[in-house]
Parts: sequence; structure tokens; C-alpha cells
Amino acid sequence: MTSWPVLSTIIFLPLIGALFIFVLRGNDEAAARNARWIALWTTTITFVVSLLIWRDFDPNTADFQFVEKHEWISGTITYHIGVDGISMLFVILTTFLMPLCILASWKAIETRVKEYMIAFLVLETLMIGVFCALDLVVFYLFFEGGLIPMFIIIGVWGGKRRVYASFKFFLYTLLGSVLMLLAIMAMYWQAGTTDIPTLIAFDFPPKMQTWLWLAFFASFAVKMPMWPVHTWLPDAHVEAPTAGSVILAAVLLKMGGYGFLRFSVPMFPLASAELAPLVFALSIIAIIYTSLVAFAQEDVKKLIAYSSVAHMGFVTMGIFTLTTQGVQGGIFQMLSHGIVSGALFLCVGVIYDRMHTREIAAYGGLADRMPLYAFVFMVFTMANVGLPGTSGFIGEFLSLTGAFKTNTWVALFATSGVIFSAAYALWLYRRVIFGKLEKPSLAGILDLTPREIAILAPLVILTVFFGIYPKPLMDPTAASVNKLIADYNKDLASAAEKRLASTEVK
Amino acid sequence: MPDALTQYAPLLPEIFLGAAALLLLMYGVFGGDRPSETPGWAAVLFFIITGALVVTQDPGTAQLFDGAVVVDPFARFMKVLILIGSAFAIILSFDYLRDAKILKFEYAVLVMLSTLGMMLMTSCNNLISLYLSLELQSLAIYVLAAFRRDHVLSSEAGLKYFVLGALSSGLLLYGCSLVYGFTGTTSFAGIVSALGGTERSVGLIFGLVFVLAGIAFKLSAVPFHMWTPDVYQGAPTPVTALLASAPKVAAFGMLIRTVFDAFPGVTGDWKQIIIAIAIASMVLGSFAAIGQRNIKRLMAYSSIGHVGYALVGLAPGTPEGVTGVLVYLAIYVVMTIGSFACILAMKRDGALVEDISALSGLSRTQPTLAFIFAMLLFSLAGIPPLAGFFAKFYVFLAAVQAGYYWLAVIGVVTSVIGAFYYLAIIKTMYFDDPAPGFEPMPAKLIFVLAISSIFVLFYFISPGPLVAAAEGAARSLF
Repeated sequence: MTSWPVLSTIIFLPLIGALFIFVLRGNDEAAARNARWIALWTTTITFVVSLLIWRDFDPNTADFQFVEKHEWISGTITYHIGVDGISMLFVILTTFLMPLCILASWKAIETRVKEYMIAFLVLETLMIGVFCALDLVVFYLFFEGGLIPMFIIIGVWGGKRRVYASFKFFLYTLLGSVLMLLAIMAMYWQAGTTDIPTLIAFDFPPKMQTWLWLAFFASFAVKMPMWPVHTWLPDAHVEAPTAGSVILAAVLLKMGGYGFLRFSVPMFPLASAELAPLVFALSIIAIIYTSLVAFAQEDVKKLIAYSSVAHMGFVTMGIFTLTTQGVQGGIFQMLSHGIVSGALFLCVGVIYDRMHTREIAAYGGLADRMPLYAFVFMVFTMANVGLPGTSGFIGEFLSLTGAFKTNTWVALFATSGVIFSAAYALWLYRRVIFGKLEKPSLAGILDLTPREIAILAPLVILTVFFGIYPKPLMDPTAASVNKLIADYNKDLASAAEKRLASTEVK
Repeated sequence: MPDALTQYAPLLPEIFLGAAALLLLMYGVFGGDRPSETPGWAAVLFFIITGALVVTQDPGTAQLFDGAVVVDPFARFMKVLILIGSAFAIILSFDYLRDAKILKFEYAVLVMLSTLGMMLMTSCNNLISLYLSLELQSLAIYVLAAFRRDHVLSSEAGLKYFVLGALSSGLLLYGCSLVYGFTGTTSFAGIVSALGGTERSVGLIFGLVFVLAGIAFKLSAVPFHMWTPDVYQGAPTPVTALLASAPKVAAFGMLIRTVFDAFPGVTGDWKQIIIAIAIASMVLGSFAAIGQRNIKRLMAYSSIGHVGYALVGLAPGTPEGVTGVLVYLAIYVVMTIGSFACILAMKRDGALVEDISALSGLSRTQPTLAFIFAMLLFSLAGIPPLAGFFAKFYVFLAAVQAGYYWLAVIGVVTSVIGAFYYLAIIKTMYFDDPAPGFEPMPAKLIFVLAISSIFVLFYFISPGPLVAAAEGAARSLF
């Protein structure tokens, strides 16, 4: 272990970049260009530094690594950060996508570039902080703080209904989170600390677990989002600028799933076991219902947004099977979805930048003029469908395996969702890419520029690479997931023993 | 002789402030009626000296005048907050008063006298000293509210505030007399011992209710809030800034002192009242603000809501709860002063504009001001990592500790509703098309705004010291 605080560096590096942009003088084109370059460099450096944790990460232990702990509010609420197998890859995912987002906004954002870049860099700090936090109050600070830059991003650089979408996003998420805040307070008084490792080891009384679980669920279900509290997502996705949609789909949604893994399951195992059927039910509804809704969409982004909700259904289902396969599948699915859905939104951004419309009907026959684009879009569509050989397959397969082990019916319904997703995704692909290029407005459309290739190429490579060789993503998570499941089973067993003992006494 | 003098040493800050106010009055009367900033700056200097005297006092608890006045860590904490609020309110006032051609020395004197009353309010330990200090504070503020006497809204505000304030003073006095009648004493210690052991009488409870109603009026807690929007809107803006900050702290100080020092024997009774007005204030504050178009009226409803949140901390009746209230007040004062500095910066063609729509597109015409105002509003809404989050955090923490889960749930849900109208202002500044810009900010506003925004933005780095100070202050009550 190095003594150099590498996690804090990763968390706060973007903030330093934001500060540099903040002190930039002038409002002209030069200042905007400088802001772009500073943002790109900052995010790239952050990514490179974050690779160091992947390199130095020890996959054989389930303990938290790169831990930093400092006095903060009091002895019991401290600045405590660290990563384990579950959170490490999310940090990398975030830092990896940020430079791509900055590149994707290079030309698309022309007004108030400085503010835009500052908002994104601040958002990156907050997102990384969420995944690194090992104290509930620190976690909450980062988790909620992310609302401010995202609100501004959607509201200032968004589409026509941006105001509505930004308000809905903000208030929905806030309402979920404040209930979690109360749960955090209740846990503080019960356990005397908000330190996450301590709380994971702490046994909350069964009845209290149910309430706490529900309060956390309120927050994560909104963030995830799960049916029926998903309605903010299509609005936010559609109205946000391309890079905003990418970050929303690729990182912000993952906070919900990460929250389930970090808090709900290890801290409230009894409640998780008890309420898993609820999650299953909601997940299946999400998978089937939102897939059907996706069929009916006329807007490319909205379709992808609904498909995100369906895919997150697989994640929640996988996590709450509480089997090694299911949980690993859920994590893999989140990482893969982070790459794939982010890439899909980038693909939409490519044609939106050219045509300034997201209507599916406005496109058709793009394969003629944009063969490269058609290829890239196909890779991601297939990955979204979960075709074997792409990263999407591994995650869905594993979570379905886990579900099959736990409950065959759940697996059956969820698998039908895979078919639906194939249907709407291929249909979308057909309508946009194939057919005859009839629309006169499309006659002059150009294929991918070098900048766009630079953005999309790494994503294509990763999608295929992880589909064929998922080991690099599976290995680091294995130890932590095994420990999570082992602890869960141990807690259930000891609770059953206690119940048995108390009935015997009676 | 030295003994007699040292006996009054704990009250040295108040004595100094009172003498300084009278001195300033003499200076003003004999110095002629020229518009000058000197009295104002002198008042700020006096506040700083008074604050230094408060901070450097003996750390213990002392009682004076037969126990009518008590000086303890709690009182000192509140006094420092009050002095900070008053001093900043004066700094905010100069440019406004000059523009309105009412830059008179009386303003500074009145603020000082009112501040003196506020300081005594937090030290009261007897129903008589309670009433007298409250009246000293109130009378000075009535005049300040009507300070722009040729302006119809200001006169209306002063009159309205005075009439309703007199009514509430009457309620308070009636309550005091009932309490006196049923316990036979006006001193808080006497009330405590009179309550001990014996069955509590209905008359005493009536007295308690009236006393609390009188104080709730000063707090502008629902249902005694009717005056707030009109007075906030009508009073000169720097006076509104003062009204929203320091007197709230003083009224909370008096409320806390009264319920914990005089009525610990009937905790169950006053808790019900506190909980009821807390819920009513939170709900009304968040809903009624939504429809407001005038930023000062909006701040009035916002302050009603904030009083509700702070009262949540009082409901459990625990040291943690009082700590929460004190932290809340400290952060609230800074946020409020900052927000009013922003409101005072809304100046076009030499006159203040108060319509929220005037802020349209401010982020393009004055990005720094818009950014700071947005952060203050996010902070008022309680969004982390800004200071306002920690304020709410500590009061709800105390409520949850005491098992008032439903109260906490109502609190957080109303804070989400309340977030809506703060967001609406931010939306106006960031998402809407620009309106003509405001005039450049005067240096004094920039100074105040810089201090409050640095506090609000960076408080999260080290929240410990303020909480520790508040904890020490709260402990001295138990």
C-alpha cells in the first residue's frame, strides 16, 4: 500500500480543474477553447491516475483498500474512504467515461462552455466520491450533491422541455434521498457511528431492518430507477444534452445498484431476504412493461431511456437473487450497461448534432451515407440486446442464472424481456439505419468524424473485448461478492437459529 | 466598591453597548443632521467590541439582580450570533439608506438599542426581565420598519408590525401574570420549585400557552405569522435583513430559556405546542412560498419554514436538540444575511427591484452574483454539501434520536416541497433569457456576500468547531 492518498487525489482532481476553468478570464471563443482543453486534460489525467488503483488493487481480499480516514465532523462521523471489489470498477467506469463526455460536448456545446465544463468536473468529483465513501454522511453528501450540477446541466443545456425535466429529476431524487437521510440518522443512534464497515458488521434488530431497508429502497429505487418511480428518467434523458444523458445512464443510475450492494444487502440481510420478492416483482414489471413502452416510442433517446429501465430491472433482479452468480451478473450488467448505454446515447448524439432531431421517423437508410456509423451503432445495439460475444450477454446471462437458481418463474418472465429488448432494439436499428435513404434532408449527411471515431472506438473495443473475455471485470469483484454472499447467509442462519431458540424457550 | 463593580462584570458587554448607544445618540443630536456613514461604522465597531467582551468573559455561569439575569455559555453563544447578524445588517444598510435619502444617525442608534434588547432576551431569567428585554428589542424594530416614513409600504409595515406586536406583547404579559398568579413568583427558579411535586394547575398551563404564543409571534411561527410577509415586504430591505436574522436568534434564545429554565416540570405540555407550531410552520412555509412573485415576501415565507425546522430541534427537549437548534440558527443567520445582500444587489436605474422575474438570466449578465445566489438558495433548501444541509441534519438527527420519526418525515418532505421554490428562483437565473443587468454591486455588499458565501460553500470542510461550540452552549442549560 502506498501512503500517497490516491483516492482523494482522484476524487478532488476534477475539482481543481474546475477551479482553473473558474478563474479563466473572458467570455470569448479563446476562453471556451481553453475551458475545453482544461476539462479534457483534467479528466484524462484523472483517468490515468485511477488506472493506478486498478493496477495496485489486490483481488484476493474482500477488505477495503486504499483506505483513508481523517477526523471530520466528530469521532464517529469521519472522512473515511476506500474501495473494494464492488466499488473499484465503478470508479474506473466514471473516470473512463468522463473524457469521452467532454469530447462528445466539444462541438455540441457552444454556449456557456466554461460553466458547462465546471458543472461536469464538479459532477465527476461527486460521482467518484459516492463510490469511494466509507461513511454514510460522506456518502450522502456526494450522493445528493450530484443533484446540483446535474440540475444545471439539464436545465441550461437541455432541450425544449428542459425546465420540466430538470425539476422532475431534482425533486424526485431529493424526495427519495431524504428518507434515506432519516434512516442514516436512525442507524447512527442505533449503532453509534456512520462508519460503513462498522455498520456492515453491526446487527440491526429485524424489525428496524425492514424500515431502514425501505427508506434506503426509496432512494435507490428512484435513482436506479425501478418501476413505478422511473418516470423522471425518460424526461431527464431526452432533455439532457448528449453528454448529460451519457453520464446519467452510465454512472448516475449505477449509484442505485451500488447502493443496494453496499448498504441494503450487507446491512439489512434479514430485510433483504424478506423483501426480495417485492424487488423481483418490480424488476419483472420493469423488464416487461418498459420494454413494451419502448416499442411505442417515437424518439430515439426516449426509446433508449426505457431500455435502460428494463436493463436495470435485470440488475436489481440479479442482486436480490443473493447468489454469487446473480450479484456478479448484476455488477457486470451495470458495468456493461454503463459502456453500452453511454455509447448508444453518444451514437444518438452523433446524428442529433447533424440533424437536430431525435425523431425516429426523421431517419432511415443511414447505412448508405454512414457505413461506419451503421457498424458502430450495430455493435452497441447487439450489445444492448445481449447478443453472445458482446458484454451485454455476460451480465444478462449471469443474472438470469442466479434468478433461475432462486426462482424459476422470475427467470422465465425476465427471459421474455430479453426477447422484447431484441425486438425493439432491432426495430429501432432497422428504422434508423436500413431502408432506402429517401429523406432529402439526409442526402448530405456525413459519416463519423475523426473526433467521433476517437470517442466511439474505445467503447466498441471494450464492448467486444469484455464480451469475449470478461475475466478482467470478474476477478476483482469475486472476493468481495463471495464475502457479501457468505456474510448474508451467515446472518440469515444465525437469525434463524435465534428464532428457533426463542420458540424453544416458549 | 470593587466588589460591587465586579458583581456587574458579567453584564459588561450589555452595559458597554447601552452606553455606546447613548453616546452615539448624543453625538448625533449635537452633531447636526448631516447624512453620514460615521454613526453606522461606529455601531459596527461597537458591536465588534461588545462581541470581544462577550467572548472573553469568564466561561462560567453568573446570575445578577437577584437572579433576574443569567449569563452562561448559552447566552454568550446567542449573543455572538446576534451581534454578527446586527453588524452585517448595518453594513448592508449604508447604500440603501443613502439612495433613499434617509442616511440618519438614528438608524444606527435604533439598531444598537434593539440589539441590546436582543442580548438581554437571551439572558432573561425572570418574567419581568423577559418582558422588558423583549419590549426594548421590539420598540426599536417597530420604528426601524417604518424608517422610510415617506414611503407608504414602509409606514404600513411599521404600523402593522406595531399593532400586532402590541397585541402579542399583551398576550405575553397576560400569560406572565397568569403564571405569576398560579406560582406566586416571577423568577424562573421560583416557577420551577413551585411546579415541583404539586399537581399542575390549568391556570398555569393557560399562562404557559399565552407566553409561548407571545414568543411564537416574535418567531413568526404559524399561526402567529400573519404579519411577516407584509412587514418583510414593506420594511426597508436592510431592516428586513435585520428582522430575518438577529431577532429570530433572540426570540429562539428566549424561547429555549423559558421552556428549559422555567417550565422543565411541564415538558409534556409545551412539547405539544412546539410540535404543533413546528409542523404548521414547515407546511405553510413551504406551500405558501410557491406562489410568491416578490422576493422579499418569498423570503418571509422561507423564514417561516426555517423557524419550523429549527423548532423541530426543540421538540425532543434534549441537549442534542438544542445543539441542533443553535447550529441551525448560526447557519441560518449567515445564509439569510447573504441572501439579503443578493436582494439588495437587485438594483436597476437607481432603484431596488423586488420582482423575482427581474432575476431572469442573471447567470449571463452577472455570473458571479448568480452563482453565489444560487448556492445560497441551494443551501437554504438544504442540499449538501452546502452549509444549510448541516443545519437541517442536526435538528433532524435530534428528532430521530428522540423517536419523533413522523415529525422528521414531515420535516424532510416539506423541505422537498420547499426546494421547489428555491429551484424556481435558480431556474429564473439560469434557464431563462436574460433581462437587463443590475447595477454594479457596491463594495460593502460584495464584502458581506463574500463572507457569507465562503461560509456556505466551505462549511462542510470543517463542521466540527461550530457544533462543538453549540454543544457547549446547549449543555449549560441542562
